[in-house]
Order: sequence, then structure tokens, then C-alpha cells
Amino acid sequence: MTDATLRRTILKGVLALPCLPAPAADDSRFIVEARYWEKLPHRKIKCTLCPRECVIDDRERGYCGVRENRGGVYYTLVHSRVCAANIDPIEKKPFFHVLPGTLSFSIATAGCNVNCKMCQNWDISQVRPEQVRSLYMPPREVAALARQNRCATVSYTYTEPVIFYEYMVDTAEAARAAGVRNVVVTGGYISTDPLKELAKRVDAIKVDLKAFSEKFYREVVNGELKPVLQTLVTLRKLGTWSEIVYLVIPTLNDSDREFRDLARWVKAELGPDVPLHFTRFHPQYLLKNLPATPLKTLERAKAIADAEGLQYVYLGNVPGHAAENTYCPKCRRVLIEREGFFIRGLHLSQGRCPGCRQPIPGIWGKS
Amino acid sequence: MAQAGVTRREVLGGCFAFAAGQACGQSRDFVSQTSAGTAPAGPSRVVIARDAALRSGGSVDSARLAALLDRAMQAFFEVDKPVEAWRRVVKPGEVVGLKVNCLAGKGASTHPALAEIICERLQQAGIRARDILIWDRLSDDLESAGFRIQTGRDRVRVMGNELLGYEDELSTWGSAGSLLAKALTRVCDAVINLPVLKDHGIVGVTLALKNLFGAVHNPNKYHPNAGDPYVADVYMLPPIRQKVRLAICDAVNGQYEGGPSYMPQWSWPFNGLLVARDPVALDRTGWEIIEEERARRGMKPLREAGREPRWIARAARYGIGTDDPRRIRRIEV
Ligand code: SF4
Repeated sequence: MTDATLRRTILKGVLALPCLPAPAADDSRFIVEARYWEKLPHRKIKCTLCPRECVIDDRERGYCGVRENRGGVYYTLVHSRVCAANIDPIEKKPFFHVLPGTLSFSIATAGCNVNCKMCQNWDISQVRPEQVRSLYMPPREVAALARQNRCATVSYTYTEPVIFYEYMVDTAEAARAAGVRNVVVTGGYISTDPLKELAKRVDAIKVDLKAFSEKFYREVVNGELKPVLQTLVTLRKLGTWSEIVYLVIPTLNDSDREFRDLARWVKAELGPDVPLHFTRFHPQYLLKNLPATPLKTLERAKAIADAEGLQYVYLGNVPGHAAENTYCPKCRRVLIEREGFFIRGLHLSQGRCPGCRQPIPGIWGKS
Repeated sequence: MAQAGVTRREVLGGCFAFAAGQACGQSRDFVSQTSAGTAPAGPSRVVIARDAALRSGGSVDSARLAALLDRAMQAFFEVDKPVEAWRRVVKPGEVVGLKVNCLAGKGASTHPALAEIICERLQQAGIRARDILIWDRLSDDLESAGFRIQTGRDRVRVMGNELLGYEDELSTWGSAGSLLAKALTRVCDAVINLPVLKDHGIVGVTLALKNLFGAVHNPNKYHPNAGDPYVADVYMLPPIRQKVRLAICDAVNGQYEGGPSYMPQWSWPFNGLLVARDPVALDRTGWEIIEEERARRGMKPLREAGREPRWIARAARYGIGTDDPRRIRRIEV
């Protein structure tokens, strides 16, 4: 397959092409020195991009599989190495308070710094870059493609953009220069310094908060909860628009207590106006033994979060449910009507409720 | 050392058509030890063969290495001739993989000379050259250790996983969820595991069990918590349990610190080979050898260094083999 054909195929919506050997001849195009690492004795290095802080021998890679120590210098292997690219509604991310009804040019490279047992994109997130078909898409080309395709944003998504940090940051700058905004869909497992640098270049960050217990993070995610909470607090302090998604998995993170603890923490540490999406789990990857989340469980989660005082609590992966809509927290008027990823009605007036003039937080129009 | 008029170059070049071994047929007491679900009942045997004069002028004397391998194999299988030993491992018509360990390049990888001798012995036991595959994770790693990539079907093949690819369907066991290398699942009927005797900066040691990380697409996911339970879990993936028949640890050089990269300042000439059917017993023995060397050099034991290979005990609990020193018979030759 030529690069041009592959590009067309990917853009048509084939998410990934796993397990085909990627063209190896010019892999050097994708390799640039990484940011956020320290030299250690004996050609070892320590990566400080995410809290895992891998210590890596010469010729070895970190946990994410996309960053490699070569002779005591650390490199990313995935700069401009796109294994998935699609034009998605921004609601698919989901962002419900960011430019509703617009398209987002969405890209990913291989790799991830955790290994969630319920990952729906494991065939690109849990592989090394050379194990998927990828194409070369440098930052300026992403920005140009986003504009050509009338996308209001570039999304860094599908896998874990933290692990393609250098590419994301360079692309965000190119997109911004071209008048396109940037949004990030992440697990939030990133160290504070790189997060702060990233936040300067992007407009919104959606954090997948996978549970509200360290046990779950340890056993199901292969990560840690605390740094993710720290990410959310940092983003709030920096004023970067954030939304939270919580995938509800039967028996693993669906107790009343966990929902309540989560809602209380969000309200206390981030504020009541942070959108919180409870989404439905479908059996995937290493969690095929559990059923899909019953609707009642999602509704219970929402009821608890509402009762704790959160103002924008949504349900996801339940197309047509009333909890997909945005309501004015003051007068309960419907402000944005949604069905799945589509907007059925948009009744905001300059970011306010047209009835009671309550300001609704988010990114609604031109900056 | 070549037998039956075969030179090593001919063996690797695939020019040699071996007839006598095929006529012998399958050995009566042929066993695929690791395919069983539980550890063998009796003590596990680990042969430690050494030759103080293995090197001449700084490099390994391949004739002496061949003699050392033969001695080790004969001692392990209690037979008089090397070919009899190999006939207990493989049978004519099978495709045999040699899983080498080449990540560290020259110095701390499986010696090509050892693989070459094994290819020769396999052919003497009736395996066709074209039915032998020397493989590891990456062709680059193989080349950096001194192997030459060979993909032609008329000779011994030498290939990295990237050339043969991985399965599309996940294999899972415990915490492990991986795509297995087709070298293991599709190409080989039997695998000879050829690790090296080496310290590992994260998981403690890298020996027989961990060498099979080279059969999965995502080894980078299996290093947290000093590799426990991941090393044992990966080895439990059924094709690995079913196909790995024998481990021959290349202990020509040992490395007691700084691995898995090659660190000459922490290497020592062990001048030996370790042979076992039981990978847990081999790993336990190799670990002890590394600890003894660390102690001799005044270094902390791996437990105190925060990287005790607890996955060895876990592998024993899974029934892969035994890590109980009272049930491991060291045979020194
Ligand atoms: S970004 Fe990758 S290499 Fe760096 S610490 Fe995280 S997992 Fe390890």
C-alpha cells in the first residue's frame, strides 16, 4: 500500500491497521530526541515525562514502548508517525462544552503509558510503533488537513497522547498558527512540568478518570490515581478547560460510595461546574468477562453526582438519553440537545442560558 | 567440531542433506517435558558444564565450545553420544526454533558459535537445515550479536519477529495479554531456549523464563514490580509451555550487575553452559550463581538491591518447575 492510499484509507475511518509490518525504510523520519529525561550513569536514562519515571538501559524502551534509549540519549520513535486519523464530531471525544457541533481532526500514534484491561483501542495503544501501519504526517500537514476538512480543532486522542508529547506539542503550535484549536483526550498520567507546558498550547483537555480508588488503578489500569487527580487540580489552577469521563464498569468501580467520593472530590477540588460524563462500558480486551453497564447503574451514578451538587453530569454511550443534553443549572432549560454524537438543537446565547442569562462555562465560539 | 563429515559452514549454509539421522526415527523416550501442566515429579536436573580453557586469545574456541555442549547434553540425558541426546529433544520432520537472546549485542548475547553448533547437532539428529529457525525479537538485535539474517527457505533461517509478524488474536494468562510471535505459534514445533547468564537492572536476572519475553509483542509492559508476576505469567501462555523443550543457558560470560546491557566491567568469564528441561530450576541455579559472584565482589544481594526475582518462586507455584534447592540436582561436569 502506498502512503497516499494508506492516508485515504485511514481518513476514511479505518482506525488502525494492526500487526502489519510498517515500512521500515525511513523510520528515521519519526525519531527525534525526547523531552523530559535525565542522563544516568552507564548510558542509562530516566524518563520524567510521566509519573512512571522509567529507568531505561541502552537499547531498551520505556513502559510505553515508543521511547528508546540509544547510546544514553532518549528518543521518541513516534514523531509524526500517525497510526490512526479520523474526522470526528467533537462530541465523540466527548467534549460537551467545547465548540458543539464542530468537527475535530483526530490523530494518534501507537503506544500508551498504562495498560487498562478495558481498553477499546488496545490494538494501537498496546503495541510498538513498528507493529502497526503508520504514515508520516508532520505537524504542518496535520494543521493543513484540519483546515481543509473544516475542523475547528485537532484532537490528540485514541491512544495516550502523553506518550507522543513532542509531536502533540509541535502539532498544537502548528495548528494554532493556522487558526485551528487543540484538544487533548488523556488518562492524565503525566508529570506536572510537561503538563504545564502542554496546557499553554492547547485549549481543552478531557481526562479519563478511570475510577476513584488506587486499587482499581493498580489492578485494572496498571497506573496510579493520585497523579491523575493532581493533573486535574493543576489544569483547574491553570484555567485550562477540562471535562472528566468516568467509564462505569460493573462490579469494579460502580459502588454508591465511589460515585459519592468522586463527586465530592470534584466539587471540592475543581468546582461544581466541571462536566462529568458517566459512560457505559462494553466488554473489551482483557475484560470480556463482565457485562455491559446497565443503564440503571449509570442513572444511579448521575443521581448521586447531581445530589452532591455537580451541575453538568452527563451519561455517555446511551444515545437518545435525556442525560446527553445540557441543561441550565439555574432554570433547567435545555440548552444543547444531543443524540449520540449529533447536535439536535443549540440554544445557547453567547455562552449564556437564553432564559435566565446564566453563564454556562465552556468554549463556545470564536476566541 | 564437525561430525559425520559436516562442516559448520555447510550446516548454516544449508548445503548438508542429512540422511542417517532421519533413518533412525524417533527416540523411544522422547519427552516434551514442559508441555505437562505440572512440574516433573522427581528432582529437576541442571547440568553445569565448564571449561577453563574455553577461550583462546580472547575469543571463544568453537571446537572446545562444541565439546562442552556435547559433554553437557550427554550428562543431562545420560547417553554416550551427543546425537542420542538430541534425539530425545527433537524428532525428524519437526521445525525447531532456537530462541536466542541478543538485546545486548556482542558481549552479553547468545554466542552465534553456540547456535551454530546446535544447528549442526540438530541436523545430525535428523532435522533438516531448512526446518531450523534462529529467532529473536528484532533482526537488528540478531545482527548486533553477530548473526546474519537469512530468510531463504533452503537453509537455516535467522530472523527477527518483525519479519514473521505476530498473531492478531490476544493470548492471555493471569496478568499477561499479548500477541504471540508467529515464529513460535506458526513456524516452530519445538523451541530450544538459549538465554544468557545475566543480571537485569529491573527484574533481577534474565535467564530462561524471561527470555520468552522475546516471543510477545509487548515486553515493555511486563517490567513493573520487578517483573512479578509477569515473567511467570508470560511463560504460562500455552504455546510457550507446549513448545519450549529445553533450555541451554550460554554462560560463557556471566554478568552480575548492570544488565541487561553489556557492561564489561561487571562481566566475568564463567566459561560454561547450563542445561535443563526445567526453566525454573535453571533460573534458580543461574540466580544463585549470579548472587555468589555478587557476594564475591562485595555487592549487595539482589533482594537488598530491590530486585529479587520473585517471579521464579511464582513460576514454581504455577507448576512450571521447581525452585526448591533440595529438589534441584546440580550436575557439574
Ligand atoms: S512516558 Fe513512557 S518511558 Fe516515559 S516514564 Fe512514562 S511510560 Fe516510561
